[in-house]
Amino acid sequence: MSVFILRRLLQSALVMVAMAVLVFFGVHLVGDPVYMFITPDMDQADIENVTRALGLDRPIWEQFWIFMTNAVRGNLGQSFIFGEPALGLILQRMPATLELAFAALLMAVVIGIPLGLYAGLYPDGIPAKTIMAGSILGFSLPTFWVGIMMIMIFAVILGWLPSTGRGDTVEVFGLHLSFLTLDGLRHLALPALNLALLKISLVIRLTRAGTREAMFQDYIKFARAKGLSRPRIVGVHLLKNILIPVVTVLGLEFGSLIAFSVVTETIFAWPGMGKLLIEAIQQLDRPIIVAYLVMIVFLFVVINLVVDILYSILDPRVRLGDRGQ
Amino acid sequence: MIRETVLEVSDLKTHFFTKAGVAKAVDGVSFSLGRGEVLGLVGESGSGKTVTGFSLMGLVDPPGRIVSGSIRLGGEELVGRPEEAWRTLRGRRIAMIFQDPMMTLNPVLRIDTQMIEAIRAHEDISREAARERAREALARVGIPSPDERLAAYPHQFSGGMRQRVAIAIALLNEPEVIVADEPTTALDVTIQAQILYEVQKLCADTGLAMIWITHDLAVVGGLADRVAVMYAGRIVEQGPVDAVLDAPFHPYTHGLIGSVPSHNRRGHRLTQIPGMAPSLLHLPPGCSFAARCPRADAACNEMPALTELSPGRGARCHHPHLAETATGGAA
Repeated sequence: MSVFILRRLLQSALVMVAMAVLVFFGVHLVGDPVYMFITPDMDQADIENVTRALGLDRPIWEQFWIFMTNAVRGNLGQSFIFGEPALGLILQRMPATLELAFAALLMAVVIGIPLGLYAGLYPDGIPAKTIMAGSILGFSLPTFWVGIMMIMIFAVILGWLPSTGRGDTVEVFGLHLSFLTLDGLRHLALPALNLALLKISLVIRLTRAGTREAMFQDYIKFARAKGLSRPRIVGVHLLKNILIPVVTVLGLEFGSLIAFSVVTETIFAWPGMGKLLIEAIQQLDRPIIVAYLVMIVFLFVVINLVVDILYSILDPRVRLGDRGQ
Repeated sequence: MIRETVLEVSDLKTHFFTKAGVAKAVDGVSFSLGRGEVLGLVGESGSGKTVTGFSLMGLVDPPGRIVSGSIRLGGEELVGRPEEAWRTLRGRRIAMIFQDPMMTLNPVLRIDTQMIEAIRAHEDISREAARERAREALARVGIPSPDERLAAYPHQFSGGMRQRVAIAIALLNEPEVIVADEPTTALDVTIQAQILYEVQKLCADTGLAMIWITHDLAVVGGLADRVAVMYAGRIVEQGPVDAVLDAPFHPYTHGLIGSVPSHNRRGHRLTQIPGMAPSLLHLPPGCSFAARCPRADAACNEMPALTELSPGRGARCHHPHLAETATGGAA
């Protein structure tokens, strides 16, 4: 088990280095961040001062070397724009993004599994067909368009829910959280649903397919032959089996929830990492971009690890490291 | 031997209403089963023996359903009962064992969970008491150290052990009848012999009646008291197992026995039944075996009735093999 985790962490370190190289040189090719700071009244000497202050006067490989030596010590550089440590800025925004992503994940599970289960158990009815058609829409409509439509309907026309910001937050262990206040929840609802839409559709289809398959398995028929009630068969025998693929896929998709939150955060002005990233890209704020991506890679690795461990809990046939009997 | 009748099936018809037409998987099956008796239900794939088993459990799923007929368990009519009434019956008074022990136990639930729930579905007893009964049931089917095995998952058992667990689950509520659908087909021969021996002992000791569905005549010969041979959804011959296997009346039974290797001498060709089983969607109006039967003639265009040809033995044929020397037959 510990060997397994260690190997995973080592692999991920390699991925992070490779990614840092790509992004560092990639952003350098895109443009010179110095031009973001130049105002019409600056002369050549001023521009050179700014360049030197940002360390951009040195050759790119030297800049990269400095970045790497600092990175090993946990310093991912200072934001050009804010003049603060990039990692700190990202960590400061991370709770908002994670909150949004978790809310979306929760919605995907709470809405997706029951609907998928229903569609799998009664596949021929009108409700099931409606659910499946809906899931196709959820898959194919672009997130940004749905987001704008949601703002239009729920915020502008109906005026039920606010369209921007986090609302009131409560501080817990130094983290600002929206979901603990009613106002925060109201602010969270639209962006979370927007982000969750794709995942809800995914969970519906996965659950339905799993249900359809499992219902014809002998163990379900045997459970019926034992005289078990239908709720017991569906709730225990069926659900525990179909949760295995659902948990796996959702775990892997959690990373993409965070990645997709860039779009949702931009539309709903949600002050998370995604919005920070978009702004950083527009301003060529390289330290933030690199730090963000390092963070994301790290998150992916952790998530995959958690999924593997969860998987082994759900499926007794999978026991990490130990060989069973 | 006169036995008290436990299960009485008469003229049972289970049809499947598919887009291609009505498949008459079970079409007028009748038999009865006494206490402690083992009835072998024999036939090739698609003959309707498994559907017969599922009909007895009320487990026929759409598009199939029991169209008519009667199933009486201890004198109580089962056909036409609502689902909830079936549910309380299943696993309590009539239980079932399936063919593939690798597939019947839920892979993600522990054995004790799967056993305790089977008891508590029918009885309001404590988890501990149910667990104790599960332990006893495991011990009864010859599983060593049942206490440890209760906490194990199915994948930690071998195929033979899993089938024992399935049998133990079927026995939990002391049912009157067990329907066993080819339970030893997927096991190797030594395990099969052990399980057959134990099943036989159980039936003799407890008065449990059993319907043993199989295509293996050797198993039937060693285990069953009586045998019913199914072909295209109907019973074509039934009677005491030794009599039927020694001198079958029906040409189909005859052909089946002739195609078993152990009944033939080394170096001789196996006899085989020409042609193939008819589609259940398009059964001929007369005897469904006529097209493959060496004895068929014009009379066979009419469905023969299941007639008693000797005491306790019947066949559904116009031209049965009445004696080894007889060449013709009663028309």
